Amino acid sequence: MKRSPLGRIWPNLTAVVLFLVFVFPVYWMFATAFKPTGDIISEDPVWFPADATLEHFKTAMDADHFWTMVGNSITVTVCAVVFSLIIGVTGAFALARMRFKGRRGFIIGFMLAQMAPWEVMVIAIYMIVRDADMLNSLIPLTLFYMVMILPFTLLTLRGFVAAVPKELEESAMVDGCTRMQAFRRVILPLLAPGLMSTSLFGFITAWNEFPLALVINKEADAKTLPIWLSSFQTAFGDDWGATMAAASLFALPILILFVFLQRRAVSGLTDGAVKG
Amino acid sequence: MTVQKTERPPSGPTEVQTPDGGPRPRGPRATPGRLTGLTPYLLLAPAIIATLLLLGWPLVNNGILSFQNLNMRQFILHLTEWNGFDNYKDVLTGEDFWRVTGRSIAFTAANVVLIMILGTLVGLLLARLGRKMRTLLMVGLVLAWAMPVVASTTVYQWLFAQRFGVVNWVLAKIGFESMADHDWLSTQYSTFLVVLLLIVWQSIPFVAINLYAATTTIPKELYEAASLDGAGAWKQFTSVTLPYLRPFIYATTFLEIIWVFKAFVQVFTLNEGGPERLTEILPVYAYIEGMGNQHFGMGAAIAMLTIVILLAITSYYLRIVLKQEEDEL
Repeated sequence: MKRSPLGRIWPNLTAVVLFLVFVFPVYWMFATAFKPTGDIISEDPVWFPADATLEHFKTAMDADHFWTMVGNSITVTVCAVVFSLIIGVTGAFALARMRFKGRRGFIIGFMLAQMAPWEVMVIAIYMIVRDADMLNSLIPLTLFYMVMILPFTLLTLRGFVAAVPKELEESAMVDGCTRMQAFRRVILPLLAPGLMSTSLFGFITAWNEFPLALVINKEADAKTLPIWLSSFQTAFGDDWGATMAAASLFALPILILFVFLQRRAVSGLTDGAVKG
Repeated sequence: MTVQKTERPPSGPTEVQTPDGGPRPRGPRATPGRLTGLTPYLLLAPAIIATLLLLGWPLVNNGILSFQNLNMRQFILHLTEWNGFDNYKDVLTGEDFWRVTGRSIAFTAANVVLIMILGTLVGLLLARLGRKMRTLLMVGLVLAWAMPVVASTTVYQWLFAQRFGVVNWVLAKIGFESMADHDWLSTQYSTFLVVLLLIVWQSIPFVAINLYAATTTIPKELYEAASLDGAGAWKQFTSVTLPYLRPFIYATTFLEIIWVFKAFVQVFTLNEGGPERLTEILPVYAYIEGMGNQHFGMGAAIAMLTIVILLAITSYYLRIVLKQEEDEL
């Protein structure tokens, strides 16, 4: 394609406009969170939080049960990710390295499971959890989130395992390792980037999950952050400063993880995905 | 790649099949005959058992509930009253279900058409930009993509707020005085418009970044050959770029259909399906009938029908993907 300097102007201009369109809502969230209330409820918008204040963050953090819910979200998310990694990596090893009857069926089954319409199963899940007398506990959420991210974890790790040269494993076994030892000593260390990116995905999914958390845990001290955030307006009326501060607090870890994923794991991810 | 996801994954360039099957790195093949027997099944057992218990059982249970007369009273007293196909009869002969289904389809279509067209355009723009500008636009796209849905919905509520919302202010400034105090959530269409803008804004990055990644895999020789044949920019686009990207676009469209069809979180957190239940799409409708109005049996029947629709779309999508990946399985 020929590119004259003049031919560059339109694409660049469009890119700048699009950049603003995509960034603005994110910027507005943070900007509003730092603006004093007077600047938020002004007839003309104040575009930049020149008199930045932390009062809204204080309001959000002082909200009832805030720290409990932070703890709940972290507990549920971390446990779900760890469990799904443990279960997922063994399964991934079988699918990537062994030939057996039904292998293809299992892969397709997990692909289907990955697309499971959790949003539509809330009634049935609510009934199961209620009959097990586990409402307002973190255990069911943890277990369901684990299964929610398990198919992705398994299928992605399968790609990563397949990418580890077989010769490494074989030479370890020639040196007298059993298959399991070879796996532990040779493959697992090489899987680190794969485990990293896969677990970040799982983390994001579980951290953001809304419908199940909505029905299973109604009591304040068992709630997770997404539920709190969605009800924030009901609780705080039109206090947009506090609402945006709450949204910022909730979104920030994910935004950071995402940037990290982009930089660190993309190469690893594609390797895994190529053999997906 | 065509890894199927329920959540939009951060970008790994999508694996795109060349029309002719193309050269692909091949995964190592396990030598047959080694290590047969139970080992693979034992290794897979925890994952399979967990999935069957926690995903399979709710699905089955949803089916069981949908054949029960299960309302507030039965729920409290733990009664099981079977009523055969009554729930399905009521749902399928009533007007509501069909109205909501039509609405869901229209809503999904509007979103997906916009997402695919705009996403493709932005992706092609990324391919045309220089390094610096591409990075800039990528940063914007990734930030929008990364926003947790509950957070972005809350932000859109604020952007479109009746008083002090920046959208109304801008509209009033550019001459739509009547919009100065417009309540976006007061009517069906304007609520849907906000949801649509939110979903499209958040979905474009996935399509654009992956499409751009796909364009980088197109062999340069194809373009050279095309220009030797005297093809102009447009002709090159239609004869090289588009055919090459077709499988990707096809698969992505179906993914987006599935995602948008079950956009529970956006619709529910924005306005709980209101005003007057006019913006309920199928998953929200099932939830509000079942959990909100405590017609659990009815809700389960609606959910079951929704799951069937989703399953049909999903299987079709997986068939596309599996066709592309046949040699890898």
